Amino acid sequence: MSTLQMERREFLRFSVAVSGGLLIGLYLPGADRLAVAEDRSGSVFMPNAFLRIGTDERVTVIVNHSEMGQGVYTALPMLLAEELDADWNKVAYESAPVDPKYNHPVFGMQITGGSSSVWSAFEQYRNAGAAARAMLIAAAAQRWNADPATLRAESGVVLDGTNRKLSYGQLAEAAAKMTPPAKVTLKDAKAFKLIGTPVKRLDTPEKINGKAVFGIDVKNPGMLTAVVARAPVFGGKVKSFDDSQARSMPGVRKIAAVPSGVAVVADSFWQAKVARDAVRIDWDEGEMHAFSTSQMMQQFREQAKSPAKSVRRDGDPDAALAQAAKKIEAVYEVPYLSHLMMEPLNCAVDLRADSCEIWTGTQFQTVDRAAAAKAAGLPNEKVQIHTTFLGGGFGRRATPQSDFVVEAVHVAKAAGVPVKVVWTREDDMQGGWYRPAFLHAIVGSVDASGNPVSWRSRLVGQSIMSGTMFESMMKGKEYDPASVEGVDDLPYEIPNLAVESHQAEVGVPVQWWRSVGHSHTGFATECFIDELAALAHRDPYQFRRALLTKHPRHLAVLDLAAQKAGWGKPLPKGRARGIAVHFAFESYNAQVAEVSVTDGKVRVHRIVSAVDCGHYVNPGIIAAQLEGGAIFAASAALFQELTFENGRLQQTNFHTFPVMRMNECPEIETHIVESNEKSGGIGEPGVPCTAPAIANAIFAATGKRVRKLPIRMTEAV
Amino acid sequence: MISFSVNRQGVNLDVDPSTPLLWVLRDNLGLTGTKYGCGMAQCGACTVHLNGEAVRSCVAPVSRAAGKEVTTIEGLSPDMSHPLQRAWIAEDVPQCGYCQSGQLMSAAVLLRENPRPSDDDIDQAMTGNICRCGTYPRIRKAIHRAAGLMSTGGAK
Repeated sequence: MSTLQMERREFLRFSVAVSGGLLIGLYLPGADRLAVAEDRSGSVFMPNAFLRIGTDERVTVIVNHSEMGQGVYTALPMLLAEELDADWNKVAYESAPVDPKYNHPVFGMQITGGSSSVWSAFEQYRNAGAAARAMLIAAAAQRWNADPATLRAESGVVLDGTNRKLSYGQLAEAAAKMTPPAKVTLKDAKAFKLIGTPVKRLDTPEKINGKAVFGIDVKNPGMLTAVVARAPVFGGKVKSFDDSQARSMPGVRKIAAVPSGVAVVADSFWQAKVARDAVRIDWDEGEMHAFSTSQMMQQFREQAKSPAKSVRRDGDPDAALAQAAKKIEAVYEVPYLSHLMMEPLNCAVDLRADSCEIWTGTQFQTVDRAAAAKAAGLPNEKVQIHTTFLGGGFGRRATPQSDFVVEAVHVAKAAGVPVKVVWTREDDMQGGWYRPAFLHAIVGSVDASGNPVSWRSRLVGQSIMSGTMFESMMKGKEYDPASVEGVDDLPYEIPNLAVESHQAEVGVPVQWWRSVGHSHTGFATECFIDELAALAHRDPYQFRRALLTKHPRHLAVLDLAAQKAGWGKPLPKGRARGIAVHFAFESYNAQVAEVSVTDGKVRVHRIVSAVDCGHYVNPGIIAAQLEGGAIFAASAALFQELTFENGRLQQTNFHTFPVMRMNECPEIETHIVESNEKSGGIGEPGVPCTAPAIANAIFAATGKRVRKLPIRMTEAV
Repeated sequence: MISFSVNRQGVNLDVDPSTPLLWVLRDNLGLTGTKYGCGMAQCGACTVHLNGEAVRSCVAPVSRAAGKEVTTIEGLSPDMSHPLQRAWIAEDVPQCGYCQSGQLMSAAVLLRENPRPSDDDIDQAMTGNICRCGTYPRIRKAIHRAAGLMSTGGAK
């Protein structure tokens, strides 16, 4: 866990800074060699933890990241198959069990997050493929009594200079007896055949015929289904409950108090749900019984008036602001947000006296296993997690407290039989762990010729890391780096800059939500730079360009998005463009949004998104992530807000927390910058620019500034 | 006892007739390709065909299916040959994949009724199906592609 001692940004940078050397050092080809006794269905060659090759030619890649839509079941096999010179048509995927050998090579635990799957696997999976390829060639050389250096591999076969060839399936048994190479040589990027191409996703077939198994689809022998009644207020506890009616309802097998509420266990979901709704519970609502978000935001506004913990300070912002020729102040506010994965939370548990098996869609296997072991009263190694497909994750399925896994273990304990806990949509939305609400109070100034002189951002919001195992990342700091990421590294050349952070203490559980801090810092900073441009009477695109001369990668995506969007060219009447650029998760993104506003209703017509994510693996998946990121962000910008009154969440389902639909979806165009830089992330970087690009376009169309999300034209100023 | 047919096979079930068809399909019949997303006909993840019409099975009591023919994603085609399935692969549509059964079942009714749908027709037919991953642009392209496959005799 030593990497956790490093602050998150530092370890991201660290990973980028180290050459392949360290990663190769962490990955020891052959060291994790599995016993042949673990052979499964004709897979006889298992050179390392990431690969099995069978006599049937099947190449199975074991993937240590969770597939939640971002394409890891395709991108990671591509990395391995590239160096293996496998026949892509024979490649299959399998999710890894929980085991330290599947740990993220930088984060030191099994986790899918931080848009890090591809860059963390970039050499790990290629090394695994290259080592296996060398062993297959060695096996062929032995068979032919030839010098391995005279042989080559291509599309699943080893060939010599004559007409001789042996397929990987034919070589599998012999290759298993070869000594793993001490060192492997990876291909030069110019020789890549798969990496960099838009290979079709491997998991599409089973996702379009009903066969893909998500956590909610898991069915084990003797398994019952549970639905849990949880407190209507965060921190609430069961005082007493009356299950007299529920107990006699059809299919109900058990009703029991668990730490999170009252669990109803039945033969089927519907029976459990109907009976759950019939349990009458008297709650001790606790300290949050009167909580209201409107009051909280009022407190945030007050708090923002006083200085806060310093995050960054360049020059003398106070003096510069005092002497400013022209200055402007703006307060930006964003609400709590639900991740709202299409698949509501669920978790299946088979708890025995000396073992605990778990089936769920999780992003956080190592942490979940430890938490489940503790709840089950078993040592870690007695707990296994089978990671299913995730019907969306967006951060919710990586909970430091493992809430939905721990609860399911408690329910299994109470039920005494294998059980699957299923959350209703309403349970899921009200279950907490939201994107925190934030307020950014920003003041900035320009000189008489329109050049920015000063900028002070003061943030108020809850910490995600505080009180969790990730608190160590805050060490030596009085603020949460996840709160200020994206503003603490503001790239614009402004001589006097201050970033300050107020940490609000509120009893609403908060968590990473696709793009984490960038989801609000991108909005606030990219709207405010636009406001400064207007104050300086400059074009917002050119204004940014002039302040980014030392940031060529920012400039390149900004220029690409502007050019492809036709920045400055005439548009149909009523339409206008807005622009934004942001760096997050080691990738650069710029977006131009085209909008119109009719009778107070905002319509987004088109979004052009340009990304530099370094050396890329699958441009088709990258385009999909940019499209999806923009739609995810536009949903939040246009529609989404969680509010509380009397401690109770006011939103329950899609009708009160809407998601963008087909008829509202803009045309989306994506462009990728060709790059040989180290790979960056792609799941999250496409999110931060969308809201500010839309808001800035609204200003261009109407002259009104949007400073609060979701966008309501009645609140624009 | 409620009798109906699912993917051309007859079933007789002793279930509470008010149980939503979705949960009968999933829990009693093991057809888990049809998904639960909202329980109130808001998201379309549970879309199946009832006598050829797209219905939200999360709010349709199983009694409504009595004597009728239900088709689920598992019955869309026996071998992935439906033009929509082929188009879905060609356009690399799914991300997490959870909503895609419902998307396909809605699109299948659209194409049967309207073999050359316009973008507006697609909006009309598909707006009831939410995709949280944001695959809408690809769904739109794939529906157009499937329409093309059908018109050129590509459909089996």
